[in-house]
This record gives sequence, structure tokens and C-alpha cells, in this order.
Amino acid sequence: MSAISGTQAELLVHDSVVEHRRGFRHRWYRTPSFVAGLTILGIVVLAALAAPLITQHGPNDQDLLHTLQGSSSSHWLGTDDLGRDVWSRLVYGARADLHIAFLAVVLPFIIGTLVGLLAGYYGGLTDTFASFFVNIVVAFPFYVLVIALVFALGSGSRNIYIAITIVGWVSYTRIIRGEVLVAKRKDYMLAAKSGGLSDFRILFRHLLPNVITQSVIYACSDIVLDILAIVTLGYLGLGVQPPTPDWGNMIASGQTYLTTHWQLATFPGIAVVFTALGLALLADGLADLLRPE
Amino acid sequence: MTREPLVRVRDLQVEFQLARGVVRAVDGVSFDVEPGEALGLVGESGSGKTVTLRALVGLLPRGAKLVGGTIEVDGVDVTAASDDTQRELRGTTVSMIFQEPMTALNPVMRVGDQIAEEPLVRLGMSRSAAKARALELMALVGIPDPKRRADAYPHELSGGLRQRIMIAIALSGDPKLVLCDEPTTALDVTIQDQILKLLRQLQRELDVSLVFVSHDLAVIAQTCRRLAVMYAGQVVETGPVAEVFREPRHPYTLGLLRAVPDFEIVRDKLASIPGAPPDLASPPPGCRFHPRCPFVQDDCIANAVPLIEVGDHRAARCLHHERVVEDVRREPVIAGG
Repeated sequence: MSAISGTQAELLVHDSVVEHRRGFRHRWYRTPSFVAGLTILGIVVLAALAAPLITQHGPNDQDLLHTLQGSSSSHWLGTDDLGRDVWSRLVYGARADLHIAFLAVVLPFIIGTLVGLLAGYYGGLTDTFASFFVNIVVAFPFYVLVIALVFALGSGSRNIYIAITIVGWVSYTRIIRGEVLVAKRKDYMLAAKSGGLSDFRILFRHLLPNVITQSVIYACSDIVLDILAIVTLGYLGLGVQPPTPDWGNMIASGQTYLTTHWQLATFPGIAVVFTALGLALLADGLADLLRPE
Repeated sequence: MTREPLVRVRDLQVEFQLARGVVRAVDGVSFDVEPGEALGLVGESGSGKTVTLRALVGLLPRGAKLVGGTIEVDGVDVTAASDDTQRELRGTTVSMIFQEPMTALNPVMRVGDQIAEEPLVRLGMSRSAAKARALELMALVGIPDPKRRADAYPHELSGGLRQRIMIAIALSGDPKLVLCDEPTTALDVTIQDQILKLLRQLQRELDVSLVFVSHDLAVIAQTCRRLAVMYAGQVVETGPVAEVFREPRHPYTLGLLRAVPDFEIVRDKLASIPGAPPDLASPPPGCRFHPRCPFVQDDCIANAVPLIEVGDHRAARCLHHERVVEDVRREPVIAGG
């Protein structure tokens, strides 16, 4: 029997590590919150995509002879005050709301992450300048600023993206700036510099991959915020314009009949909660999965 | 023998601006490193050895400022060079090995990619050539089955393998000078020994120069031919390792050597150096070691002490170095020395 040398022993240890190695691909299905969130979101997204297939009526088909009906085999969730099918409107409303929410998260994500990265890395004037704008935006409550902006810009989905982008990027900037301030003191950053790499390469190859996880996780909860904002705007009559179905304007118009026909406002409300829950669970699961070891 | 030195540091001075005043962390340090030579920098924490090392790559820690002196690396004066010129030197002329292999490797990058980065970006190799070079380097630093390990992330490797990866990264740009900042301090003793042997072997085979910073005299003895002992921001003694160890000429060096535990002789005196290193915001007048020195005389306190030639290639910052030698002859520091 030959003695095992130090390096061989290390290799044995390493082999067992590799065997137990669980990358993202091998671990996601063991994270309950991730699976639950993915399932819920999957149901909502699938329903939105397959809207024409799973509805019997168009979302705007009025039937003034059958208004405010309870659920039946032809109208699963009944009809509203104009005789429109609530189920159809709910599913088509998911289309509009999810579409805007996902788009409205992309621009703030990119802009905010980039600004945070540069501000944190370079510090000094860049940081002062970026922080100045962040502080201006942060000084206003989220809804006040979004509503004011949409009011000024006019309603419609494009203006909702713009308003949410103007307000939303600051959260990403604050998160990423903080992460960068920690990460840039790490030895591997010094090591990258001692290799004579360019700032560009250090920023995007070494720093960004180490901090972007936080942005991704935040984006998931940010979508929830955006959906709520879109629904709120719809409720206030500033969002998606009727007759396009949207959960917000469904809740707003159903409110009048709350005492007699509770389902009109309640089902869109449940849809909002269900979707938000799915995204929140997904964010939680992602945070567990992506957390560096 | 008559080759131009690769590194020429002259009268280097680095200051930290702190709230309580200016701290001169490095004060008048000078040394040369010949091509292919290994120089050890020894000293306690705070003696300025790491700051000196960082000055060599032009990456001083935050708040530190180079206030005087020159550093020539491969004929280029780093202190006067532009940021771009300094960056050009890094990686391909000078590279660095860090103390903590866990934190000095990028946690989200495959180690193979980290080794291939210099060849790809700095040496202009193609992607496949850079990858081949990375595998070659991994084999060179003694990582078996490099192909498989190249795809690993740092956290999947043990401390020893990680340090080998760091060495491979440091060598990946074909540097002439590798700076080692206590590269084995964070490792187990057995792994430490393997890494030191590897470094010495690579240094000889590739003919690179090493500047090796450590507080551990045994580590310096294993890797370097020449050393400079630093105390309170100054070099207090330089010379060939074997000679300095056998016959130190500075009381601080003597104190360090007496503080090394030894299996072969049981020392009667518990040999720690009394006192603590001085506050560099207000260093003591005269010789900076005088408050802790057993040989102190009046003239030690009166004036600053220069480095005094004390033999072939040897110098010590001590006015009474003969008395140190007498003490050593009475009670040798190395068994059989």
C-alpha cells in the first residue's frame, strides 16, 4: 500500500465534491419556494398566452340581456354590468398587465444596474452625481411620483413604462452600488488589477457577475411592485384604457356592485394576489439558489 | 553577475493620511532585485512590507500616497509612469500572488478561464491557444487532471489547489517578476511546504524573480537567497539569508531569530522582543528600534541611524552591530551555527 500524498488526498476530496456538486440545474427542483413560485407564475403566464383557447367569449363582447349574472357553464365567473364574461376579461387582463410589468422591469434593471456599477466602482464625482439623482427620486414616495408622471405624460402603456423606469432604476442603483462597494475591496479585484486588465474588463467580467445576482433577485420583487402599480393606475383610471381589460379597471368598475355582486371586484383582486405571491416565492427561491457559497 | 537589476527601489516613501496625522508606513526603503533572484522581505505586521510590495505594482491601498523615491521595474520608472504604462507592466512584467487563495480568486469564474484570461487579453492569444496555455500552466504548477479541474469554480477546490491556481494565474502573463504576499500563511503546514517547494522550483526553471513577503523566517529561508528585514517602515538589515541567519548584525533581526522556536535546542530565555513596534505617526527619535533594544546607547537616540555596510553585500542600520555579533557568538541562534 503506498501512502497517499497530500495532492492525492486533495484530489480524493475534490472528486467527492464534484460528485455532490449541485449547480443551479441540479438544485432548483429541491428549492420549494422556487418550484411553488414557478408553478404559480407558469399557470398565470400560460393562461395569458393561451387566452383565446381557454375562453368562450371575447373579453369585450357585450351581452346586455345577461348582465351581472352569477357563474354558469357558459360564463364560469359570471358577467359584469355590461354582460361581458368575467373569466375572459380576467385572462385577457393578465395578458395586458403581465406584458407591461415584464417590460417595465427591463429598462430600470439595465439602467439602474449600470449606474450602480459605475458609481460604486469609480466613486468620487461619478458617485456624487449618481447619488444626487437617486436621492431626488427617493425623496418622493413611489406611487406619488409614478402617478404624477403618468398624469403628466398621459395614460397608456408606453407612458407607464417611462414613468416606472424613471422611478424604478434608483432601487437597482442603490442595491448594486452597495454590493460593488463591498466587492471592490475583495482581493480578487486587486488580483484582477494586478493582472493589468482594463477597467472595462474588470467592470464587466469580474465585478458585474459577482453583484448582478442581487439585481436579478430584486427584479422579481420589482415585477410584483410594477403589477401593483399598473393595477393601481388602472384603478385610478390612469392605466390601460378601457375597453382593454386590465385587473385594475376591473376592480374599479366592480367596486360599485361590491355588496350585491362581490365576484366582479374579488376575482381580479385574487388574480393580483396570486400572481404577486408566485413572483415573491420565485424571488425567494432564486435568492436561495443564487446565493454565493 | 553583472546583469542590470530588474527592480531598483530607491528611498521609497509612502504615507497614509489619517485623522490623527500622517503615518509614514514606508520610509526610505531601497533595494535591488536581480533577474532570476528571490528576495525576501521580513517584518512584523505594520512594518511596511506589504505596502512596499503594493507600491511595486502601483496599486497602493486606499489612503496611501507615494511621497518620495523611485521604483524602476524592468527599466521603467513606475513612480513617474502614467496609469496606462503602469497597467501595461502589470500581469506581463510584474504579477502578484496573494495570501488568501479563497478571496483572491473570482468566485463566479471557472478557474480555467481565470488562468486563460491573461494569455487571451494581454498576450493576444486566440481562445483555443489561451485555453491550451491554461491547461499547460495547470500541469506546470502540479495540478493533476487539469482538463477536469479547469471547469471547477474556486469554492470546489481545496486550499492547496486554489493556491496552485493562483500561482498559475500569476505566471500566465509570462512575468519577469512575481510578488508573493505571504502566499502560504493561510495554508496547512504540509501544503505550505509543497507550495514553497513549487515556488522555488518554478523560480529556478522559469528564471523569474521573486519578491517574497513574509513574517515567517523559516519560509524565507526555504525560498530566498537574500533578504531585507524591515522594521517600522525601514530596512534595518540586508544580506544573504544564510549569513544573516548565522550572524545577524541588527538587534531586531537577532530578536526575530531568537523568537523562532527550535526543536534542536531548548532556549533558556523566552525570546520574545519586549515592547511593541512604534507608532509611525510619531516615530521615536534616532534609531527606531532603540526603545526595545537591549544594546541601546546614548548615541542611538541622538541621531537617525543610516544603513551601515557591514561586509560583503551586507548592511545593517545599527551603530553597535559589533556588539550584536559578539552576543551571537556567545550564544548562536542556529544550532550548529
